[in-house]
Amino acid sequence: MSVLVYIEQSEGKIKKTSLEAVSFAHALASKTGEGDVVAVALGTIEQGELAAVGSAGAAKVLHSSEEKLNAGVIQAHASAVAQAFTQVGAKTLVLAKSSLGDAVAARLAIKLNAGLVSNVVALPSTESGYLVKRSIFTGKAFAETEVTTENKVLAVKKNSVDLKTDGGDAAVENFDVALSDADFSSKITSTERATGEVLLPEADIVVSGGRGMKGPENWGMVEDLAKTLGAATGCSKPVSDMGWRPHHEHVGQTGVKVAPSLYIAIGISGAIQHLAGVNSSKCIVVINKDPEAPFFKAADYGIVGDAFEVVPKLTEALKAEL
Amino acid sequence: MKILVCITHVPDTTSKIQFTADNTKFDTTGVQFIIGPYDDYALARAVELRDQTGGKLTVLNVGESETEPTLRKALAIGADEAIRVNASPKDSFFVSKQIAHYAKEGAYDLILMGRESIDFNGGMVHGMVGELLGLPSFSPVMKLDVEGTTVQMAREIEGGKESLEASLPLIAGCQEPIAEWKIPNMRGIMSARTKPLNVVEAVSEETQAEATSYELPPAKGAVKLVDKDNVGELVSLLKNEAKVL
Ligand SMILES: Cc1cc2nc3c(=O)[nH]c(=O)nc-3n(C[C@H](O)[C@H](O)[C@H](O)COP(=O)(O)OP(=O)(O)OC[C@H]3O[C@@H](n4cnc5c(N)ncnc54)[C@H](O)[C@@H]3O)c2cc1C
Repeated sequence: MSVLVYIEQSEGKIKKTSLEAVSFAHALASKTGEGDVVAVALGTIEQGELAAVGSAGAAKVLHSSEEKLNAGVIQAHASAVAQAFTQVGAKTLVLAKSSLGDAVAARLAIKLNAGLVSNVVALPSTESGYLVKRSIFTGKAFAETEVTTENKVLAVKKNSVDLKTDGGDAAVENFDVALSDADFSSKITSTERATGEVLLPEADIVVSGGRGMKGPENWGMVEDLAKTLGAATGCSKPVSDMGWRPHHEHVGQTGVKVAPSLYIAIGISGAIQHLAGVNSSKCIVVINKDPEAPFFKAADYGIVGDAFEVVPKLTEALKAEL
Repeated sequence: MKILVCITHVPDTTSKIQFTADNTKFDTTGVQFIIGPYDDYALARAVELRDQTGGKLTVLNVGESETEPTLRKALAIGADEAIRVNASPKDSFFVSKQIAHYAKEGAYDLILMGRESIDFNGGMVHGMVGELLGLPSFSPVMKLDVEGTTVQMAREIEGGKESLEASLPLIAGCQEPIAEWKIPNMRGIMSARTKPLNVVEAVSEETQAEATSYELPPAKGAVKLVDKDNVGELVSLLKNEAKVL
């Protein structure tokens, strides 16, 4: 018996959130005595990348290098992972909550007749029943969820587990997947990727700008600060609605939900829908010229002042320090 | 084209989230309920597609009688008929089974819903219904055009987007900017009163992962303000106190 982890990759690089899923699975297996952690990785993966899967706690990686699996074709990935689940005799599948992860997990829950919990924030408690804590209401509350099926699928919320880095080497095994034409009934015609180095959903530090930035021409300031910190950039909804920034940078209830260690909000009022996407951040810094801006109530640190004055100074101070 | 849009009935995005004294139920006191914001996008796009291609647009909600005003609003926005599957939605699995059971009879060309509900944020129903009906499912879909039986879509991926082509029938979990939200007008509101809202009984189904209790995150401490002329202090707090640098 093993705990199976579905690994997501992008252009040959394994996602940090998937390594968190491996770390979660490792702690889970130690707790429940479910044996080893086996990871399943699909598509072309850069050399050396699989080592991190071992460090995060997997004993084995099943790898199918089938090129057709490079793109995240939902049904094909769901079929492949279901085959791996049966092959290793797993009872539990762990994966990272993400746009692909959700879509794959949902299909697997039906294929495997498995109770599925998404947005998991802690290891299950198994003393009386199988209880899993998950984040609900976009981070505004938690629910204890009882899973009653033998097979289980747990989709782990990002940044809710410590990344394990002291595991061993994982044995890499070739994984033969049987895929039908039906698994590829859709065709990916093109992919556009953000040019920034740090991807917003996975970033450890996020610097976001709101309508207070006045226009897209002022974003250089936000980017300088982000670059100094090695951070990703985000924005509020009106900013992406007006086309100042691309849609995939829009943070909040109807946008990307982030959970970085540090979130810096510049010229954002802190409407409840924006807060819903950032309230899982460990530390929030707000820069706003209005001392009454609601964001200050959700912040750990704040500066009341004009962003155009404060942000360049902050960037300079950080450059001197880091 | 026959289109089914599944909508959730969720607390307004500005609601204060609280639970009953024993923490086993959401406290609805003073809470206004709305069509899930993501479902609103799905509905808006469905109205446009129905207007382009003709056919029929059905909205469905799995819920008890209190969700009927939400269904009436969907009719006012432009749906032709509404279905309420009479049951309390217990988990994604239960809801998906109800939708799949109903949809199988209807042989829909397109089933649209939001990428996730804003209460439980599961984001699972589109995939589960897809698997149950043996149909491809896509999410989160931010663009969807239909030409004959060919569907062109754009799906958001972490830090970018992916363009896809697939054939009807299919299921999509939608998000912005697939369409502009539609606000019901007077004519819509009047005609919604006479459009059919049918109640069907639920099929009996187990749940697999049901919430048993709730809790709120610990209250946030007060903000520490730093003078705008002393940004160095902020850097030192982030480094030494918060330890995030
Ligand atoms: C259903 C629904 C879903 C929504 N989902 C989201 C979502 O996911 N994400 C989201 O962000 N919003 C969302 N919204 C919108 C949300 O309600 C707010 O309208 C939005 O967050 C406001 O963005 P903002 O703070 O950038 O702009 P504003 O509210 O206009 O605030 C601008 C802020 O900048 C400050 N400012 C101005 N000039 C300066 C300066 N020179 N220096 C410093 N500060 C300055 C002002 O004091 C003000 O506080 C949603 C709304 C609805 C109804």
